[in-house]
Amino acid sequence: MNPSHSPIPISALPVKAEVRDFNFHYGAFHALKDITMPLCERKVTALIGPSGCGKSTLLRSFNRMHDLYAGNRYGGEIILHPDQTNLLDPRVDPIEVRMRLSMVFQKPNPFPKSIYENVIYGQRVRGVTKRSLLDDKAEEALRAAALWNEVKHRLHDMAFALSGGQQQRLCIARALATDPEILLFDEPTSALDPIVTASIEELITELKEKVTILIVTHNMQQAARVSDFTAYMYLGELIEFGYTDEIFIKPRDKRTEDYITGRFG
Amino acid sequence: MSEHLSKQFDSELDSIRAHVTRMGGLVEEQLLGALNAFGESNQELSKLIVERDKGVDEMEMAIDTACANIVVRRQPTAIDLRMVMAVSKAVTDLERIGDEAKKIAKTTRKIIERGSGGCLTQILQVRHMGEQTATMLREVLDAFVRLDFAAAASIVRRDKEVDQHFRAVVRQLITYMMEDPRTISTALDVIFIAKSIERVGDHCKNIAEDVIYIAKGRDVRHLGLKGLAREMGAE
Ligand SMILES: Nc1ncnc2c1ncn2[C@@H]1O[C@H](COP(=O)(O)OP(=O)(O)OP(=O)(O)O)[C@@H](O)[C@H]1O
Ligand SMILES: [Mg+2]
Repeated sequence: MNPSHSPIPISALPVKAEVRDFNFHYGAFHALKDITMPLCERKVTALIGPSGCGKSTLLRSFNRMHDLYAGNRYGGEIILHPDQTNLLDPRVDPIEVRMRLSMVFQKPNPFPKSIYENVIYGQRVRGVTKRSLLDDKAEEALRAAALWNEVKHRLHDMAFALSGGQQQRLCIARALATDPEILLFDEPTSALDPIVTASIEELITELKEKVTILIVTHNMQQAARVSDFTAYMYLGELIEFGYTDEIFIKPRDKRTEDYITGRFG
Repeated sequence: MSEHLSKQFDSELDSIRAHVTRMGGLVEEQLLGALNAFGESNQELSKLIVERDKGVDEMEMAIDTACANIVVRRQPTAIDLRMVMAVSKAVTDLERIGDEAKKIAKTTRKIIERGSGGCLTQILQVRHMGEQTATMLREVLDAFVRLDFAAAASIVRRDKEVDQHFRAVVRQLITYMMEDPRTISTALDVIFIAKSIERVGDHCKNIAEDVIYIAKGRDVRHLGLKGLAREMGAE
């Protein structure tokens, strides 16, 4: 509990990444407009907003997923600190970017391989072959994803044999195994039951000891529970960004207030 | 304020506000009744006030339960959250005002039964304090309904005056007690009553601060008058 009346100004906090004057077009469609916001280091930032406002588009820009399609255009910058790399710079290799930022999707999407192979996939891509290194990495990542005890005796079973919640934690383990600096979550619990959801939320809170997290969620209570900062987006614009407590108690913008209180705009 | 997508949620919040208004009305009647019973040495009225205090307690509990239900079922945020939290604090203050009215009525009965020193019930300053706090209560209930934070801020400022009146009353009663020791028991009772009235002013101030919290999202308790002025000027 922070007894002081006013929180530390956001501008005074260490920043892991910065979105600056960011614009994104799907062909002729202007999906994101002049977005500027920080990702504070080792904090959880939640992206909220009505369906179609551009949350997933923004999240995916971080790991250059849009590169796959011709016709998509980026404008502005996404700067990664401390080295000030502009993730959007065409000279920056998207594969390298994806090592520094890992993504976890809404539906668990394990590869059709064993649990073990799923976790060390990133290591293999990097060319690691030494068995003991891979074993250590697999255990470390599975422990961090709170899955180790459930799967340690069956590492070579197929990943599809796991339950939905276990598969999602496997995907988190896979995301962690590349030692990312930023974890990107796109509605990571919307396909899971409340108990598993609670355990993943718990996990997110533990993970922020090490990594910076950006999470898209439709569950307002989830945003309020897990995030330190919240960004409210509407029709491709960033309407409001601030401390989660402030956004949920006294938002500055009427549009934010209408959305989070469930009112007609 | 525009409507919720859930009509049911709107009507639940409306119903809570309506209940607070009703409870406020009842508490106001209790306070005015107690002050009249004291001013007119009216034994019957004092009894009635004491009996009716139960109704205030019941309303407090009903509203608190309704607030808890909204928190559980709707997980209110922003203005809705501030409203529910402030209501649940405001009803505590209203209930306490009801208690002070009951104390005034009980003490009045004691004074009447003792039968001496009745002239002390006519002290002008006490009546003045009573009128002042009754006005504060009416106005703060009004400000609550209209979420009028400017009116609420003026009530916060006025609480100081009630405190000054109270100190003046105490000084005056001490002179009576020194002149004629037979007045001591009744003079002490009148001081208790004045103290109750002074407490009513404090509770009105608390409710006014709740109104400011709902409207502005700022906690203005313990800021002092200068800090309050600064907050009201902000934005
Ligand atoms: N591949 C695409 N081509 C063209 N337009 C797209 C494409 N993907 C998304 N869009 C459009 O971009 C806008 C933002 O989509 P996005 O998926 O980022 O929304 P979102 O906020 O994640 O919504 P949801 O909450 O429903 O997941 C929408 O209007 C959508 O129709
Ligand atoms: Mg999406």
